Amino acid sequence: MCLGIPGRITAITDPARLMAMAEVSGVRREVNVACVAGNDLDALVGQWALIHVGFAMSLIDEEEAAKTLEALRDLGEAQETLEQMAQSERALA
Amino acid sequence: MALRDKVVTLAHGGGGKAMRDLIAEVFTDVFQPPGSEDQARLMDEALREPGARLAFTTDSFVVTPLEFPGGDIGKIAVCGTVNDLAVGGARPLWLSAAFIIEEGCLVDTLRRIVASMAEEAEKAGVRIVTGDTKVVERGKGDGVFVTTSGIGVIPPGREIGAVQVRAGDVVLVNGVLGDHGATILAARGDLALSSDIQSDCAGLGHLMEAALAAAPGIRAARDCTRGGLASTLNEIAGEAGVAIELEETVLPLRDEVRGVCEILGLDPLYLANEGRLALFCPADQAEAALAAMRALPEGEGAVAVGRVLPAPAGRVTMRTAFGGARIVDMLVGEQLPRIC
Amino acid sequence: MKFASEFRDPVAARALLSAIAAKVDAIGATKAKPLHLMEICGGHTHSIFRYGLDKLIHEGIEFIHGPGCPVCVLPMARVDECVEIAERPGVIFTTFGDAMRVPGHKKSLMQAKADGADIRMVYSPLDALELARRNPSREVVFFGLGFETTTPSTALSIQQAAREGLTNFSVFCNHITVPEPIKALLDDPDMVLDGFIGPGHVSMVIGVHPYDFIARDYGKPLVVAGFEPIDLLQSVLMLVTQVAEGRAEVENQYARVVPEHGNPVSLSAIADVYERRPSFEWRGLGEIDASGLRIRPKYQAFDAEEKFGIGYATGRRNVPEIEGCACGSVMMGKLKPTQCPQFGKGCTPEMPLGALMVSSEGACAAYWQYGGARVAAA
Repeated sequence: MCLGIPGRITAITDPARLMAMAEVSGVRREVNVACVAGNDLDALVGQWALIHVGFAMSLIDEEEAAKTLEALRDLGEAQETLEQMAQSERALA
Repeated sequence: MALRDKVVTLAHGGGGKAMRDLIAEVFTDVFQPPGSEDQARLMDEALREPGARLAFTTDSFVVTPLEFPGGDIGKIAVCGTVNDLAVGGARPLWLSAAFIIEEGCLVDTLRRIVASMAEEAEKAGVRIVTGDTKVVERGKGDGVFVTTSGIGVIPPGREIGAVQVRAGDVVLVNGVLGDHGATILAARGDLALSSDIQSDCAGLGHLMEAALAAAPGIRAARDCTRGGLASTLNEIAGEAGVAIELEETVLPLRDEVRGVCEILGLDPLYLANEGRLALFCPADQAEAALAAMRALPEGEGAVAVGRVLPAPAGRVTMRTAFGGARIVDMLVGEQLPRIC
Repeated sequence: MKFASEFRDPVAARALLSAIAAKVDAIGATKAKPLHLMEICGGHTHSIFRYGLDKLIHEGIEFIHGPGCPVCVLPMARVDECVEIAERPGVIFTTFGDAMRVPGHKKSLMQAKADGADIRMVYSPLDALELARRNPSREVVFFGLGFETTTPSTALSIQQAAREGLTNFSVFCNHITVPEPIKALLDDPDMVLDGFIGPGHVSMVIGVHPYDFIARDYGKPLVVAGFEPIDLLQSVLMLVTQVAEGRAEVENQYARVVPEHGNPVSLSAIADVYERRPSFEWRGLGEIDASGLRIRPKYQAFDAEEKFGIGYATGRRNVPEIEGCACGSVMMGKLKPTQCPQFGKGCTPEMPLGALMVSSEGACAAYWQYGGARVAAA
């Protein structure tokens, strides 16, 4: 369950109520940022957050995202090598 | 100017002077129907051609809000009926327009709706030749309901329809999908979404003529309104007794429409359009049809999205970007926004 | 779309699929004797079908679609209660679109709306709060359903309503939790699961440690997963790797969104507003200890159960479900949707008998919509 999508926080709209504008592919919606607000609200602007039912629930860790993608690239290369090895084995057999 | 009221009241539906003033100033002064009889008396040279046939269609229009980015209920009412004629191969000629107006509707709103109908009719080359108004009590309507009927002429020898569709045909669309549906969802305001998307609402008469001139072998066309491309293709597949396979990677979708769909958990294939059609033509004429459509603003984004397969009859599938396949079924009810 | 399209890359998918295949072959799992992996979350079920992963993956992997769709596990009696509240004079009943079509004994919320109840679909509990501000003479009730992902949003909305002193806003709380039903599934003697794909968005709230018991006490691996196809495939690879190496651990594939210890603000809002019910009824699974939440007495002014005298606390429960509906067995992985005697016959998306056919995340609706059954038969 739980439809959640990455959105970028573009502005703080109501500091008292912890509301900010989030943008998903050019579509804007005001969201509550209580769950991700540290001491400095303005620091949120420009950050990516996971949005669910009008709430920014978790900040997206860009470093972790990059790590995951890198692991995938490594796997892709490893698989390619394996397949090449299998091919040359077949050729030799 | 005899009409001083800013708001429509039941008096404007009562048959007296108030009604005549409303009809004269808001409607007939703009539409300028021929003659003042209750019937329009019509003649067109196209009707004299031996083998020419009349095409006749009707459609009712309800939309909230009445005005939205890229159009209003009047524009939809003209385009919708023009398109129903055009996709059947008819050249649209005349429209009727009937209005059910809710007490409390602003006269200025009506004027804007009527103005955009007149503008759209002129673009499409049709005349609004007869009409009617009724006023209902507040709470018994939704601002304005509009019903338009249209008459067009199908030239001799032109035979297009779902039953003509054959395996091997290519499916074309004339542009990005779902803009209208996404615009209306955002414009309603209860989901508090905002974006710069505009409705795709457009008349497609000229586009159809251009496509038919370039690709005379066109088998069928259908406008993708309620229920979106998915529903249209299911209808055609069912009527033609063929299967249709879509290619996910080439589906034309605007980023914002994808965004609205991601946020609300909707499938863009089912979002409504008001200026998009699916066109079926033999593979060897697809490029010609595409080029002809792309030469017009309402066909700028024309692209091939799928092909017709012999079987199983009535089935629409989509090849996903992953090389998998999934069934694209008819929608059961309306698509509802979801959280999970 | 950033952080989404990168995780839909077909090239990466191919590499993952062949890596999975190699591991599955090494383990010796086959179509006849597959590894049973349960995706707990309905969102994962939806992704699996949307991208056709069930057909692309090695046939030695069988996905079992778990109970993580809040609409699917909602008993009919709860829907009846929603209708009862919605039909009270002066009430504006607000809900996520998901709940609109779920059948009650007499009617769904959709049908109640047609009968004249003022029922409105909203995207967020914040929208319900705004309706309450704008309609001070009406009682605005929000239907709080969903797992830990959604619970913070209603908790924060109740806190906000309390701060503003709103007196016409209440939540009909039917929130439920993930770990308890998993324990119930694992305790079932007929259950044969080899591992779990853990719910990514629930976990961004509660963190990864609430699942520790699954690895520690039951010896089953769990990988918390994201919702894009690459996320799912990578999680499956992590699971089969654990199986191949004889490990059973809780791992986190979705670290870009899920912090190890969850979200402290969300957790403290939940703890402030809600407390556990002794037990809660799940459709198809029955009563499960400590698996549901209710509003604490200090916020009872915002508790629709208190305001209307309706709901779980009032003792009217266990209205029998429709006969012949096998949703429970499907959810436990004992039956595939197509093995239910009602699938496609008495139960279709047009006329759903069971909840799994209602929600687009329900395993049966997904089978139907994406043609799991019909494609296989073609």
